[in-house]
Amino acid sequence: MTAPGVHEDVRERRPVSERRLHPVTPFRRAWAPVAVMIGWALHDPDQAQRQLTRLTPTALLIGLAVLLPAAALYGFLTWWFTRFAVTDSELRIRTGLLFRRTAHIRLERIQAIDVTQPLLARVAGVAKLKLDVIGTDKKDELAFLGAGEARALRAELLARAAGFAPETAHEVGEAPSRQMLRVPPGVLAVALVLTGATWGWLVVAAVVLPLLWTATHSLWTVLAVAVPLLGAAGASSVGRFVAEYDWTVGESPDGLRIDHGLLDRAHETVPPGRVQTVRIVEPLLWRRRGWVRVELDVAGSSNSLLLPVAPREIAEAVVARVLPGVSVPPREALTRPPRRARWCVPVWWRGYGLAVTDAVFAARHGLLRRSLALVPHAKVQSVRLVQGPWQRARGVADVHVDTGANKSVTARLRDADEAAELLRAQAERSRTGRRDARPDRWMA
Amino acid sequence: MAAGGEPVWIALPPGLLRMRRLMLVVWLGLLTLATALVPGLLAGPGWAAFAVLPSALTIWGWVLLERNWRSWRYAERADDLLISRGVLWRQETVVPYGRMQLVEVTSGPVERYFGLASVQLHTAAAATDATIPGLDPAEAERLRDRLTELGEARSAGL
Repeated sequence: MTAPGVHEDVRERRPVSERRLHPVTPFRRAWAPVAVMIGWALHDPDQAQRQLTRLTPTALLIGLAVLLPAAALYGFLTWWFTRFAVTDSELRIRTGLLFRRTAHIRLERIQAIDVTQPLLARVAGVAKLKLDVIGTDKKDELAFLGAGEARALRAELLARAAGFAPETAHEVGEAPSRQMLRVPPGVLAVALVLTGATWGWLVVAAVVLPLLWTATHSLWTVLAVAVPLLGAAGASSVGRFVAEYDWTVGESPDGLRIDHGLLDRAHETVPPGRVQTVRIVEPLLWRRRGWVRVELDVAGSSNSLLLPVAPREIAEAVVARVLPGVSVPPREALTRPPRRARWCVPVWWRGYGLAVTDAVFAARHGLLRRSLALVPHAKVQSVRLVQGPWQRARGVADVHVDTGANKSVTARLRDADEAAELLRAQAERSRTGRRDARPDRWMA
Repeated sequence: MAAGGEPVWIALPPGLLRMRRLMLVVWLGLLTLATALVPGLLAGPGWAAFAVLPSALTIWGWVLLERNWRSWRYAERADDLLISRGVLWRQETVVPYGRMQLVEVTSGPVERYFGLASVQLHTAAAATDATIPGLDPAEAERLRDRLTELGEARSAGL
C-alpha cells in the first residue's frame, strides 16, 4: 500500500457488485438422496423390497409431493444466498441460509488458483474455481460458475493479485501462455506400467488370494480381500492414467499453468514465487530411460504434481523456470554421509546425499527410488538439528529444513561438525536469500 | 551479525525445575502409596515391596528432570533465535526473526502458581517446534515484545 489515502478513496467510491453462482448449482447435490436410497437398497435388499411393496401409490405420491419441492426449495435458497464479490484486495464469499458465513480471501496471499471441471460439469458447461490460500478449506470454492465466466474470473483475480490497477484489472484478460511441455499418452502409459506400485499390489494379490482360498474355501472372503487389492492396483495404474492424461505445463506472466485430466479436467495456476519445495523422483525402473517425476509443494494447496513423467533434462529445465535462479545440482555434486553412518542406517545410508548451492538446499534420499528435494533458501522457515544417542555415538546428526508448505526436507546423517556448521550457515542463507525474492504482487 | 559469532546462551530459571519436580513427587508419591497399600492390605505386608518400583522411578525422574532442565537454553542473535534442548535426543532450532508469524505467551494454572510462562513461536511451517518453557513472566513478555518488534522489522512472509 504505497498511497493508503488514495486507495481508501477508490474503494469508497466503487460499489462492490455481488454475483451469484451458475444456476445449475442447486442440482449438484441432487444425486445425493438417490445415492442414499440405492446404497440402502443394496445394503439390505430384502428389507428394501418389503418396504417398497408396502408403499401404496398414494403414499409414494404424497412423499414425492413433499420431498421434491422441499429439496428444490433448499437447493434454490442455498444458491440464492451464496454470493461472491471481487473487491480491490479481496474475494468475498457469503454463504449460508441459517448460519451465515462470510469468507474474505486476500488476493495477494493467493498461493494457487484451480479451475476444475468434473465430467458432469463439463457436460453442463460449468466449472469450479478454488483459491488456495493458507487456511481455506472446501467451503471456499466457487462451485459452479459458467466455464467462460470461471476463466474470466481467474484472469481478473490473477490480474488483481499481480497488482494491476483496480480499474484496468477487469480488462487485462488472460495472460498469454506458452506451452513448455506436454506429456504424450504413450509415454505416460509406459511410465505407469514401469511403476512398482501396481505390480506390488498385483503380486500381493497373486500370493494372498490363492492362500486365502486354500485356507477358507469361502468365495466371499476371497472377494472381500480381492476387491480392495485390485482396486489399489487399478487406482495406481488406470486411475493415475485418467488423472494425468494430456498433462500440459505452460508458462505465463501469471505463473505456471498445469492442465490435465481425461474425464475430469483441471486447470491449475501457480503464481510466481509460490513454490516452496520441488522433488525430483526417480523410480528404479525409469532410470534406464532417464525419466523422472517432478512434484512440488505450494502452501495451502493439495496439488503436488508438476510433471508425471519427463526426461531428466527437460524436467530440470522446467524446474529452473519454476524456481528462478536455481539449477538442479548434478549427481556428482551431492556428498554422501561419512562411512561411519552405515552403523545408523545400514545399506540405505548410501542413498542419502546433500548439496547446498547459493540458491538451493538439495537433499536426496532413497536407494532404489531416488528422491531429490530442493528448497530455495528464501523459502526456509526454520532450521533444526536433531541428534539421537546412537547418532551421537557415531558423530553424525540430521538437519531438518522446514518450509511453509508444511514439508520438511531432511539432510540425514551428516558429520556432526558439518551439521552444526550447516545449521548456522543455513539460517544466514535463509535470511539473506529472501532479500532478492520477488514481491507478493508480482506485477506491481 | 552476532557479536563475535558466538551466541550468548541464556538458561532457564530454576522455577521450571521446581515445578516439574513437585509434579513428579506428587504423582509418583500417590502411585507409591497406592502400590504399597493395596497389595500390602490385600495380600500381606510383604507385597508392599511393590512400592520400590515407583519410588525408584521417582529418584530416577528427579535426576532426569534436572538434566533435561539444564539442557534447555536459548540465545537471541541479531537476526535469529536459537533454541537448544534435549539430553539424549539433542535438538537445536534456528528461527530467523523475519519468519515469525505469531509469538504466543501461555501460562497454565500450575505454571501461574509457580510464576512461570512459556513463549511459543509460530512460523508458516507447522514443523517449526520453537517453544521456550518455564520463563519468568516478565522475561516472557520482554521476549515476546522484542521478538514481535524484530519480526516486524524483518518481516519476510512465506
